Amino acid sequence: MAVGSIRSAEAAVRARGVPRPWRLLAGAFLAGSLLVGLGVGPVGIGVTGIVESALSHLPLLHVHSPLSSIDEAVLWQIRAPRVMLAAIVGGMLAVAGSSYQGVFHNPLADPYLLGVAAGSGLGATLAISYAHVGHSGQLLPLCAFLGGLSAVAATYVLGRSAGPARAAGALVLAGVTVTLFLTAIQTFVQQQHTNTLRDVYAWLLGGFSTASWKQVAVAAPYVAVASTAIVLHRRMLDVLSVGDDEATSLGVDVARLRLLLVIAATAGTAAAVSVSGLIAFVGIIVPHTIRLLVSTSYRAVVPLSLVVGAGFLVLADVLARTIVSPAELPIGVVTAFFGAPFFAVVLRSSRGMR
Amino acid sequence: MLRRSLVLLAVVAAALVVTLTGGAARRDAFPVTIHAANGDVVIKSRPTRIVSLSPTGTEDLFAVGAGSQVIAVDNDSDYPKNAPHTTLSGYTPNIEAIATYNPDLVVVSNDIGGVVSALQKLGVTVLLEPAADNLAQAYDEIRQLGQATGHVQQATKVVGGMERSLTKLLRSVPKSQRHLTVYHELDPTYYSATSATFIGRIYKLFGFRNIADAADTTHSGYPQLSAEYIVASSPDIVVLADTVCCGQTAATVAARPGWSGISAVKHGRVIGVNDDIASRWGPRIVDFARAVAAAARKK
Repeated sequence: MAVGSIRSAEAAVRARGVPRPWRLLAGAFLAGSLLVGLGVGPVGIGVTGIVESALSHLPLLHVHSPLSSIDEAVLWQIRAPRVMLAAIVGGMLAVAGSSYQGVFHNPLADPYLLGVAAGSGLGATLAISYAHVGHSGQLLPLCAFLGGLSAVAATYVLGRSAGPARAAGALVLAGVTVTLFLTAIQTFVQQQHTNTLRDVYAWLLGGFSTASWKQVAVAAPYVAVASTAIVLHRRMLDVLSVGDDEATSLGVDVARLRLLLVIAATAGTAAAVSVSGLIAFVGIIVPHTIRLLVSTSYRAVVPLSLVVGAGFLVLADVLARTIVSPAELPIGVVTAFFGAPFFAVVLRSSRGMR
Repeated sequence: MLRRSLVLLAVVAAALVVTLTGGAARRDAFPVTIHAANGDVVIKSRPTRIVSLSPTGTEDLFAVGAGSQVIAVDNDSDYPKNAPHTTLSGYTPNIEAIATYNPDLVVVSNDIGGVVSALQKLGVTVLLEPAADNLAQAYDEIRQLGQATGHVQQATKVVGGMERSLTKLLRSVPKSQRHLTVYHELDPTYYSATSATFIGRIYKLFGFRNIADAADTTHSGYPQLSAEYIVASSPDIVVLADTVCCGQTAATVAARPGWSGISAVKHGRVIGVNDDIASRWGPRIVDFARAVAAAARKK
């Protein structure tokens, strides 16, 4: 009977979750993005070459790669990790954004709301300016990660001091305060060390131009755990969306739930930021596009954000490295320039629907 | 007869001495007008309280022998070591702080925040000596600073020495190595410099082909290249101008994913240069060219 009730509950969730066509569409979008990401780049490598090269890496097939060693390196050591990293970061930022929007009842909440960006930026700047860690060093992502987590911890302590009555609003204000304060320190340190200015800027601008499998390995575990935690709580986000008091009366420990979701979203975002720098917009535009097109239920928004966010950032990165090929554009320029008009179209065309 | 020719010789020699010293004195004489980037600047007398807010300007001033006339240099002027270093900033110039030194000449490389007109309002003579686009312009700036400080002859000597050294370095690279391709790295996210930039023109003098040229669609001179393009281009020489800022070395380049197979790594032609030397346009550009020539000679 217990099993039966869980089954029926799962069925209900699925029924009000992601509609089947959207599930297929989102999956196809991500798969297509990954293939385009692997197939397109400043160095022309034919599709058959890529396929045969991929097959040659599989055991027992005895296919020989037709590519030169340089093309092999370009494809598997430069392009493939870049595509993977963009997917991981895009998925994480979008799912964290959707989670923050639910937790704070705030449509403008993005993954950087509670100070992750400013904290990571300060951590990275301190590491570059005082410890002279190279851009490719292992210490840089660690410092950025710790900076991001510390900033959000400070925000949480500050927000809680306002008392439980205005918990969500106080937390957002605390986030703004911490962000401004840390940004001030970061700017000061940066201005005092003009000799490391370029390295700091390169990090702050963000992007995947130096992506490696090592970075994928660094970020993937955090992103996997964090996004899984958020996806598992997607129903709870729906409960939260009715309001703190109502959720409490339904038997939900709102404070604890909020803490858990914030920790998950923050840790994941900090990991993503530590390997890619600051990439704005993904965490807002992807969840809202899904809300407008599919459903406002978090049971749809959260999992679809993960998948679509991954595909979106992979495509944005493809544009970043092909529009002015063989030069690069900063990825933030691409996400905003193509994301904003697309979002405007979605916003307009959905007006009649609701 | 002999006496007559001796007298004639003496007269000619004396005339020559008068002409030479007189000429030099006339050229060193003040007031002097300098055709700087901020227009024609009249310098009334030999300046003795010079403030330099330009690291290249500082290097030029000391090279032409005006070092003893310099009383303060900005916080980025780290060469020569015996320059009077201060906390003055060339990036965020503070007019009051500069005025405290009571300078009779201020050298700047860019007019950030209207520093030129602000100082001129205070009655301070300012020379704007901006980033040079080519060697001729760099030589001009050295000559101008020599003229402005009363060291015309030494400035001419410095420029002549640079020209001779560069010519010798160019000749030291055999013809067979003149076709090499080069990648100049400004930071570890692959910002580079094309042949249209000052540093790029040095490579062009050697005859090298710059892989950044094809990527500069916006003609900024400093495009950001894709890693896969650099690796696929397999440049013969990699010059790292991000050794100080970002800790890059031949070893870190060889360890980058996919880079081990490129020509420069295989032939040991990945060289680290001092970021500052590679981003300035002073006399030390010869040191830079020497390092590049040494790499290019490797077969």
